[in-house]
Amino acid sequence: MAGAEKPMFAMDGNDVPFEPGQTILQAALAAGRYVPHLCFHPEFKPHGSCKLCTVKINGRTVASCTTLAKQGDEVESETPEIQDLRRNLVQFLFVEGNHFCPSCEKSGSCMLQAVAYDLGVMAEHFSPFFPSRPIDASHPDVLLDFNRCILCELCIRASAEVDGKNVFALSGRGAKKHLIVNAESGRLADTRLAVEDKAMDVCPVGVILRKRRGFQVPIGERKYDQHPIREVAVGKATARHASGKPSPQGPSKEGA
Amino acid sequence: MSRDLSAILARHQHDPLRLVQILRDVVEEHGFISPGTITTLAERLSLPRGRVEGVAGFYAFFPTENAGRYRVLFSDNITDRMAGSVELRQRMLEAFQVRDGEVSRDGLVSIGTTSCTGLCDQGPAMLVNGRAIPRLTRARIGSISAMIHGQAPLDTWPANLFDIHTHIERKDLLLSTPLAAGAAIDAAIARGPDATVAQVKASNLRGRGGAGFTTGVKWEMCRAAPGEAHYVVCNADEGEPGTFKDRVLLSDYADLVFEGMTVAAFAVGAKRGFLYLRAEYPFLLAPLEATLAERRKAGLLGKSIRGVADFDFDIEIHVGAGAYVCGEESALIESLEGKRGIPRNRPPYPVTSGYLQQPTVVNNVETLAKAAFVVMHGADWLRVRGTGRSAGTKVLSVSGDVARPGIYELPFGATVREVLDLCGATDVQAVQVGGPSGMLLSRSEQHRRIMFEDVPSAGAFMVFDDSRDILQVLENFASFFAHESCGFCTPCRVGTALQRRMLSALAKGYGTRRDLKDLARVAKVMKASSHCGLGATAGNAALDALEKFKPAFEKRLGTLEVMPTFDLDRSLAPAREVTGRDDDEAHLSHEEEE
Ligand SMILES: Cc1cc2nc3c(=O)[nH]c(=O)nc-3n(C[C@H](O)[C@H](O)[C@H](O)COP(=O)(O)O)c2cc1C
Ligand code: SF4
Ligand code: SF4
Ligand code: FES
Ligand code: FES
Repeated sequence: MAGAEKPMFAMDGNDVPFEPGQTILQAALAAGRYVPHLCFHPEFKPHGSCKLCTVKINGRTVASCTTLAKQGDEVESETPEIQDLRRNLVQFLFVEGNHFCPSCEKSGSCMLQAVAYDLGVMAEHFSPFFPSRPIDASHPDVLLDFNRCILCELCIRASAEVDGKNVFALSGRGAKKHLIVNAESGRLADTRLAVEDKAMDVCPVGVILRKRRGFQVPIGERKYDQHPIREVAVGKATARHASGKPSPQGPSKEGA
Repeated sequence: MSRDLSAILARHQHDPLRLVQILRDVVEEHGFISPGTITTLAERLSLPRGRVEGVAGFYAFFPTENAGRYRVLFSDNITDRMAGSVELRQRMLEAFQVRDGEVSRDGLVSIGTTSCTGLCDQGPAMLVNGRAIPRLTRARIGSISAMIHGQAPLDTWPANLFDIHTHIERKDLLLSTPLAAGAAIDAAIARGPDATVAQVKASNLRGRGGAGFTTGVKWEMCRAAPGEAHYVVCNADEGEPGTFKDRVLLSDYADLVFEGMTVAAFAVGAKRGFLYLRAEYPFLLAPLEATLAERRKAGLLGKSIRGVADFDFDIEIHVGAGAYVCGEESALIESLEGKRGIPRNRPPYPVTSGYLQQPTVVNNVETLAKAAFVVMHGADWLRVRGTGRSAGTKVLSVSGDVARPGIYELPFGATVREVLDLCGATDVQAVQVGGPSGMLLSRSEQHRRIMFEDVPSAGAFMVFDDSRDILQVLENFASFFAHESCGFCTPCRVGTALQRRMLSALAKGYGTRRDLKDLARVAKVMKASSHCGLGATAGNAALDALEKFKPAFEKRLGTLEVMPTFDLDRSLAPAREVTGRDDDEAHLSHEEEE
């Protein structure tokens, strides 16, 4: 093993080294190369549902977060074609929910918003679905605003795998798929969710919000206000990679 | 309530893997799955409540609110519509004064629609409390309505109402070769597992369920894969609208299908097999169970089959619950494990990590039937028919504007025109081969050939004559995909909904040029980035039509470049609801449904 060259693939003409078992997205982030993503979170098994991380390899499009890196692959990521595709997917997510960023508590630390800026999405393009998704304010410390849910399942995974509580789940299918909580009443107050839970800190958008913390960090000083997402995402990934094992990514304290 | 839940749970050994079967029994006995039932089931099965609710909410045939004592679902394939289902449904809605998809005030009946029920050669069809009724006419609807009004138990309805006919119009290799039960198994045993696999490989048999993967290679990979147990699954989900050939194979050739499964089990070393039967075919269940029982009695299933020590194999039938996506092999396996039918990330593929993460062969009904004969008669049995890359024959389900709808077995390489001539089709405007996910062919493409190299088909062949409106066909397909998307991935979940909206606008004549552009764009996004074949193919028909039936779109375009899709009238619906008004005065526009 000693002295063996690290395997490599090429992404948009740049060499990217990888460890066997890493997916393309994991390796790219570790090497400081940003690939847009939403449902991927470094501490969880890749899920592959948002499809924002789609890349092209030998003429085939695949989700880079779930596709294992392979020696010699030629990966196209920031080509006009793929970026266009990603813009459409972001537009899909915007029209599917109710996203009024200016009045959103998560604005500035929202990944969806940040990715949209990164890709230069200027308009929703398609007319919105305006779904009716009532807010759940039953919990003493937590507010759920389902209007913004992009169905990435991170809260579900965090609550099941880290908190051991299974507070969140999905029901319905197709465009009627929606987040549910683990209670016959359907109310968050009747679940075991606590503010210390991991599930509180993984939502990429503004669904799971702490009560009485609204706008504590002023807009303009939030995570993606300070640094574009393509820097934030690879910064963390590089640090984690250097230490050899996943570093606990400090729960974002700003905003929600 | 709780007592019969105990009985249901006991019947299924309190096994969470059997959750879909348990919920089916609950619906059978209670009519729907209440929140309280979900809580009880979750407790007794030691599952998170959200898990059970999520599964109940996934499948179309699991109502989670009272849906009436009689639950009527009209099959809503385009072929049902062409045979008059819309008018019949309208009559019934009026007869019971109930709105589409809703339950009557007295809780007697709900009337709605469901995806194609696979009775396209004898439509229009419906399901009443899950039981299929074909060949609907005004007279049939009249007597069904009367029996519901009179609250006659379903068991007392005239039996001939439920008769399903078999129309086999052309037989070739598969449908005309006789089988002596056990003969293929004996041939496999005589040859041994490795040679059996080699023979299937040599025949070039390719999967008949859609993807066309080489069956022998699949078996070989599964056989070689390490695992605690191996499994064989027969995919009888047959959800592709316009497809009904597996229904006929299972009703008239069940022994052959089970023979194929048993041979596959011998080849890969499986002890357990599943037949995943779509819920729309409940009439097949009892006959299939009877065939299994006979085969057990004859020593063709069970322990030491044909006296071979260690050759133990048996088959269980799992019934679906209304989800096209569960025909996708990894979603099917999730469903077999009692979960929501979400396609898995692949690799790993089922051959190495399938049911319970163990090596699993998933094959289509027709594939397994053919494999049995290949093992029995040798590789050449298949190769005498077909073309280089498409060995053998294909069983087609022919429906739509034809004189003789039904099952046609033809050698691969047959032209579209040959099929049309055989089934008696005239003035053909278009043919949809392979169902909505397949290919839309125009009248100038009748020379094209049914085979993997040209026009592949999982079996559907729907014919549309000159009197049909292609946009309505497309709208029907688009609603199908939107209704059946599992919702896991963004492109398909949102793309199918957008596609339905645009095609509905275009079909009604208020689409715009911009919609045409967006239609192509959405189709391309779905094709490029969807997680499974459903989303990847959901835009095929629209893309084909944009290319081949452009005038049909042009004729119907609204005059404006952009039209408001925000429907002011529709947004007043809640106000009408509250005020109990639905008269003309309570509407802003006059956009009547066509
Ligand atoms: C959305 C979707 C639905 C499918 N439905 C079916 C089906 O109903 N029956 C079937 O045999 N294969 C179906 N397939 C294909 C299966 O995934 C799989 O390829 C097939 O069962 C393998 O068997 P075969 O090799 O014998 O064809 C479907 C695939 C997709 C993507
Ligand atoms: S609530 Fe947030 S974390 Fe959970 S599925 Fe929705 S977007 Fe993802
Ligand atoms: S393509 Fe459609 S059906 Fe397939 S995983 Fe995605 S949402 Fe589900
Ligand atoms: S990040 Fe890869 S699919 Fe969501
Ligand atoms: S700004 Fe993205 S969810 Fe609020």
